Amino acid sequence: MGTRALRMRPGAWLIWALVVFFMVNVLGVIGSVVLDSFGKTWFSGWTPRGYTTSNYAQAWDEFDLGQVMTVTFQITLLVVAISLLLGVPASYALARRDFPGKRVVMLLFVLPILVPPIAYGIPLATMLYKVHLAGSFTGVVAANLVPSIPFVVYTMTPFIEQIDPRLEQAARMCGAPTRSVLGRIIAPLLLPGMLAAGILVLVRTFGMFELTFLTAGPTSQTLVVSLFSAATSAGIRTAQNIDAMAVIYTGSMLVLLVIALRFVNPTQLVARSRD
Amino acid sequence: MTAVTLADAPKLALRHRLAERGIDRTLLLILPGVIAIAALFCYPFVYGLGLSFQPAKGGVFGAYSAFFSDSFSEGTIWKTFGLAIPASLINVGLSVPISYRMRKDFRGKRLLLTLLVVPITLGTVLTAEGILEYFGPVGWFNQTLQKLGLISAGHPVTLINDYWGVLFSLIISGFPFAFLLTHSYLSGIHPALEKAASTLGAGWWQRFRFITFPLLLPGLLTTFCLTFVLGFSVFPSAIMVGDPDGRTHVISIEAYEQALQNFNYPQGCADAMIMTALMLAVIGLVMGVRRFFYAGSTGGKG
Repeated sequence: MGTRALRMRPGAWLIWALVVFFMVNVLGVIGSVVLDSFGKTWFSGWTPRGYTTSNYAQAWDEFDLGQVMTVTFQITLLVVAISLLLGVPASYALARRDFPGKRVVMLLFVLPILVPPIAYGIPLATMLYKVHLAGSFTGVVAANLVPSIPFVVYTMTPFIEQIDPRLEQAARMCGAPTRSVLGRIIAPLLLPGMLAAGILVLVRTFGMFELTFLTAGPTSQTLVVSLFSAATSAGIRTAQNIDAMAVIYTGSMLVLLVIALRFVNPTQLVARSRD
Repeated sequence: MTAVTLADAPKLALRHRLAERGIDRTLLLILPGVIAIAALFCYPFVYGLGLSFQPAKGGVFGAYSAFFSDSFSEGTIWKTFGLAIPASLINVGLSVPISYRMRKDFRGKRLLLTLLVVPITLGTVLTAEGILEYFGPVGWFNQTLQKLGLISAGHPVTLINDYWGVLFSLIISGFPFAFLLTHSYLSGIHPALEKAASTLGAGWWQRFRFITFPLLLPGLLTTFCLTFVLGFSVFPSAIMVGDPDGRTHVISIEAYEQALQNFNYPQGCADAMIMTALMLAVIGLVMGVRRFFYAGSTGGKG
């Protein structure tokens, strides 16, 4: 390995240097937050003066993180459940049938992924104000469904396409009623795909800032929104407390990410799988 | 008996004819999803579009003329382009050589891809919080520059609460995204194509220039569009690490402030519509350019 590395051309060195430079900066960005969250004070120098874990306790109390975490997980799980419930049947029909207007339906499902949340979030928030759902739990869940349902559709459609339709036909030939075909043939085959789609939606909803920010009220904030509010609102809060909260957010996100990566390919987190 | 069959015959035939074109009861499964998207995405959008033509003053186009006549709000367009275009060019530009270099399998590739996913999933808020400290006046970045003697002590480079902080945040969250997309496009190009060129005596530059790059270009333009959209709608980091009342007063901040701080919903919706229209214009332009390039098979995975 070492001898091969030495024989790399200057171009290769440059590219690896770029990657390492990027990684070092990313690690620095994350690392300084993590380190600061354990620090007492850090006004100058390479490391904080003294370490403590009291920032976490303070952050937990000050930002009422128990309640925030509960709300976050309730919202996220509800979004996952509803988007799977609505998205999977739609993707089944899209994968199995070719019908006039299919392109229109596909376009309808791709737009919420393509248009950034802030652009449709503002009209959506305005509409939610009109129907008195703004700031409510329901409003936040509804808003988060907008990118999640299409995401499930776009993850599940290719997945269902690669399941052989002859399996269902064979079951029907053997006299299975629709209920058994669904329960014994389709559902077990769909389960891995649904798991992957569900986890991806979970990660995305957990980290979704814009839509939740635009529609949430004081009692329906998710963790990332209260992190933003804490970081931007003026107050007597110390930077360490905010960082402790950021680390709690990062930690939960990383746990979700590790779980997600057990089931999906890294590239699936950014785009629909191409193979 | 005959009357019943006669009455049923056209109905059955219609059902059969529809089924032949793919319309049967299975299609009903689409309805819940379509209705949800129509109610939560299309209706609000149309509602917002309608609302944007009903401002409190100034007639039908009052909100739009208010946006374009105020230099502060009109300037948000150029500020947003000024962030989104360089950021997406850098992201796409860097991911081409890097993913080209890494197109083959090597040890630790999955680990590298996983590490690259981390900044995407962490989200912009956390990235912004980290940038505030890392690139801050006494952060590690400035301290390293001082140690290397590139800047003198006490004169740190101002990177946060400015244009640069937001650009960095767009690169940190956008580059991995662009890289993973480019990488997946590149791995869709069959290696045999390059090998064939190689047997004909093509050097690496010729192989890249005449084989890989043309096949990659459509994918690159898509990647450009997606990273551009990310940059164009930059919001939390423009507030947190940027200068939201000055150099990074981007169009999303303007729309947000009008709608949810001034409670001028028509103006906020008009701003959101302008934002969407500009974005769609850029995407339309890039996709129009894309039509001129080869868009056929790339040979699939190797």
